[in-house]
Amino acid sequence: MAKNSTTRRRDFVGTSLTALCGGALALNLLLILGLLLLIGVYGAAYFWQRDIVELTRVDGSRVLGEIHDRESIPPTPDAPEPGERIKVRVGNRDLTANDFQWLSLSSVVDRGTPGDAVVLERLEWGNFYGRMVELRHGDELLASGGDEVWRRFGPLHREKVRQRDAVRKLERGPIGDVNFEIEKLRLETRRLELARLPEAELARRQEQIDGRMAARQAEYEELATRLFAARDELMAETLVMETADGRRKEIAVGAIVRALRPNDMGPLAKSGLYLSRIWEFVADDPRESNTEGGIFPAIFGTVMMVFLMSFAVVPLGVLAALYLREYAKQGPLVRMVRIAVNNLAGVPSIVFGVFGLGFFVYTIGGSIDRLFYPEALPTPTFGTGGILWGALTLALLTVPVVIVATEEGLAAVPGIVRAGSLALGATKWETTWKVVVPAAAPGILTGLILAMARAAGEVAPLMIVGMVKLAPALPIDHHAPFVHLERKFMHLGFHIYDVGFQSPNVDASKPLVFATALLLIVVVTVMNLVAIALRNRLRRRYAGSAV
Amino acid sequence: MSTSTNLETPMVDADRTMRPSFEPGSAPPPESSAAGDPAINPAIPDPVLEIDRLSLWYSEKQALKEISLKMAARRITAFIGPSGCGKSTLLRCINRLNDLIDGVRITGRIRFEQHDINHPATEINALRKRIGMVFQKSNPFPKSIYENIAYGCRIHGINRKSVLDEVVERSLRGAAIWEEVKDRLDDSALGLSGGQQQRLCIARAIAVEPDVILLDEPCSALDPIATAKIEELMEDLKRDYTLIIVTHNMQQASRVSDYTAFLYMGELIEYGETEKLFIRPMKKQTEDYITGRFG
Repeated sequence: MAKNSTTRRRDFVGTSLTALCGGALALNLLLILGLLLLIGVYGAAYFWQRDIVELTRVDGSRVLGEIHDRESIPPTPDAPEPGERIKVRVGNRDLTANDFQWLSLSSVVDRGTPGDAVVLERLEWGNFYGRMVELRHGDELLASGGDEVWRRFGPLHREKVRQRDAVRKLERGPIGDVNFEIEKLRLETRRLELARLPEAELARRQEQIDGRMAARQAEYEELATRLFAARDELMAETLVMETADGRRKEIAVGAIVRALRPNDMGPLAKSGLYLSRIWEFVADDPRESNTEGGIFPAIFGTVMMVFLMSFAVVPLGVLAALYLREYAKQGPLVRMVRIAVNNLAGVPSIVFGVFGLGFFVYTIGGSIDRLFYPEALPTPTFGTGGILWGALTLALLTVPVVIVATEEGLAAVPGIVRAGSLALGATKWETTWKVVVPAAAPGILTGLILAMARAAGEVAPLMIVGMVKLAPALPIDHHAPFVHLERKFMHLGFHIYDVGFQSPNVDASKPLVFATALLLIVVVTVMNLVAIALRNRLRRRYAGSAV
Repeated sequence: MSTSTNLETPMVDADRTMRPSFEPGSAPPPESSAAGDPAINPAIPDPVLEIDRLSLWYSEKQALKEISLKMAARRITAFIGPSGCGKSTLLRCINRLNDLIDGVRITGRIRFEQHDINHPATEINALRKRIGMVFQKSNPFPKSIYENIAYGCRIHGINRKSVLDEVVERSLRGAAIWEEVKDRLDDSALGLSGGQQQRLCIARAIAVEPDVILLDEPCSALDPIATAKIEELMEDLKRDYTLIIVTHNMQQASRVSDYTAFLYMGELIEYGETEKLFIRPMKKQTEDYITGRFG
């Protein structure tokens, strides 16, 4: 039959609408891909060592550094010719105050990449760009001249890195332990004061504690002496550097993380450096108010917080959903509860944060402190933000997701399967617990996956219930009871905000924002993949082999 | 089929102990009701279940009207009748599965071994353990084949591996499915075919050693070959269990059952030995139904 005009018009509308839907999907995918690509490229570029260029300007002054950006200068009445300028990372913050410098290209008369240009990554003050001049031990000259110093520097620096590790081990190990013990004894003294014991008993116990305290103090003194000696040794050798404009600077070899001659490095060496920097980023502690070093504590904090949250949210959500779906009499009340639960998911997260602060931190935490840690007061133990309160706050935030997903999972279990269990003489509870819940397990895990994804990216409520810019200690360590749920923690999401927008050196830390964002995405993805793998295993186990 | 040998093996003591004390509500002696009508009151030797003037309402709608019948031990009793006649409802009264439905009201009595099953003192889980059920649609649990069978024992407190192993094998042999699944007991039960799933459900029912097995149209979703296997299996099970089957299929009723009850619009129209009922029905309605004039 020939198509008449109406049919043709309807066909056209159908085709265009289909194209529109496909286009919308494609646009969404494109946006997501673009976002990932942007974060990926900028984040990955952060670790790559660029060449060092030496620029000579019209006035004869020289600049040594890495070129990070290039842009055109819009013409102004003073300079009608449009020009270009480059952003050079010149480092040497202790000498020049600025890490970055903008140079107009028209003012540059010469540029080169000298092989003896050195970049030092330092524990403090950021990068140093210059040339090696001398290596000294106090007043004694160990080596002089760029290449000679470079040759001697390598083995010496390796030795210093070993010494630095030893110092850090001493600080964190024995000295940390002694400090921990001393603090415990101080609290014990305080507890004794609060205990209102008879005079004699009090004196006896106090004496005991004093004895132990004295022993610890002596131990501490001895360790401290060792530490100071080790530090002195670490800082004994200095490297004299010369900047491009001829100024000299003495830098302790022990304070240098890396010394590189990037212009002499081949692609292979640079790739090795790239990987080692990624490792440092993932495994090290941050330095210089988070703008350098690694972000391990933030990764650890994020993952642990999400795990704690999962342990809280799954039982809470599953039990609530079980009651709603299996036990409550379905009616207007249950329907209202269900709507309320769904709406709870839409409450702004900061509201949960405020609730967490008021309820968990001040009410519950405060009560715990008064009951169990009165000796530490007025310093709060649980009565201040901590990883446990953060996790519980997020559990409240994500519990609606788990409830909804679990309810759906429960609803998908056929009634006849329940009847089959009841017909065998199982009670309702046995049927629910042993047949229905296992069958709904994939649905429950779906809820958990959604909850984890949401929790890992949530920052606002955590800012007031225990997340900090820099946590002195991880929530898990070798001091009994090993897991310290009251401790504050670092978080990747907050780290992004802090580094990107609260940092004193925004230019230098901008790439870190991308790198941290990339890592956050990776962490969330990995956690989700684990949960999805678990769910698929469950599905395979409970579902037919054909499915 | 090598089922009989295993069914005849004596039960181990552990199985005895799991037999629950099915405490009676004090039931009055059975009254002889509707004694006069031979069409619905045949002589039943050794009755294990007695239904006495049972009526049931779903909210306002009456689904069963004054039904009285006795069911013989170790025989197959079939309920037949057109859709909506109440035969499944009647079956589900026997293990009180209708309790799950809101608004169901029951009058009359069902006596199981002289005890009123609707009496408040009756322990419902113990009752259901002794009156097993197989459903119209196979409903294996989303667990392994082994766990499907072991489930009933576990909830009744048997957890010893050796005992469970024995129960699983005996039940699967009893349901004539052992040879097909013995090598994949740990696989999901949902991977079995429809007929295998239904036999698995029968195995699951006999694993808890019931006295009575209720079968609610067990073959309606199966192909003829699977149906034949189930029917053959029922013949074997009859040796040890009282079977009550609801079926749409009159040929099936006539093939497998010893007694047949014909229900229509919630009423028991005729009840008697299957051969008699099918060859010489006493009531016109029965004759019309079995000859295919309606239903």
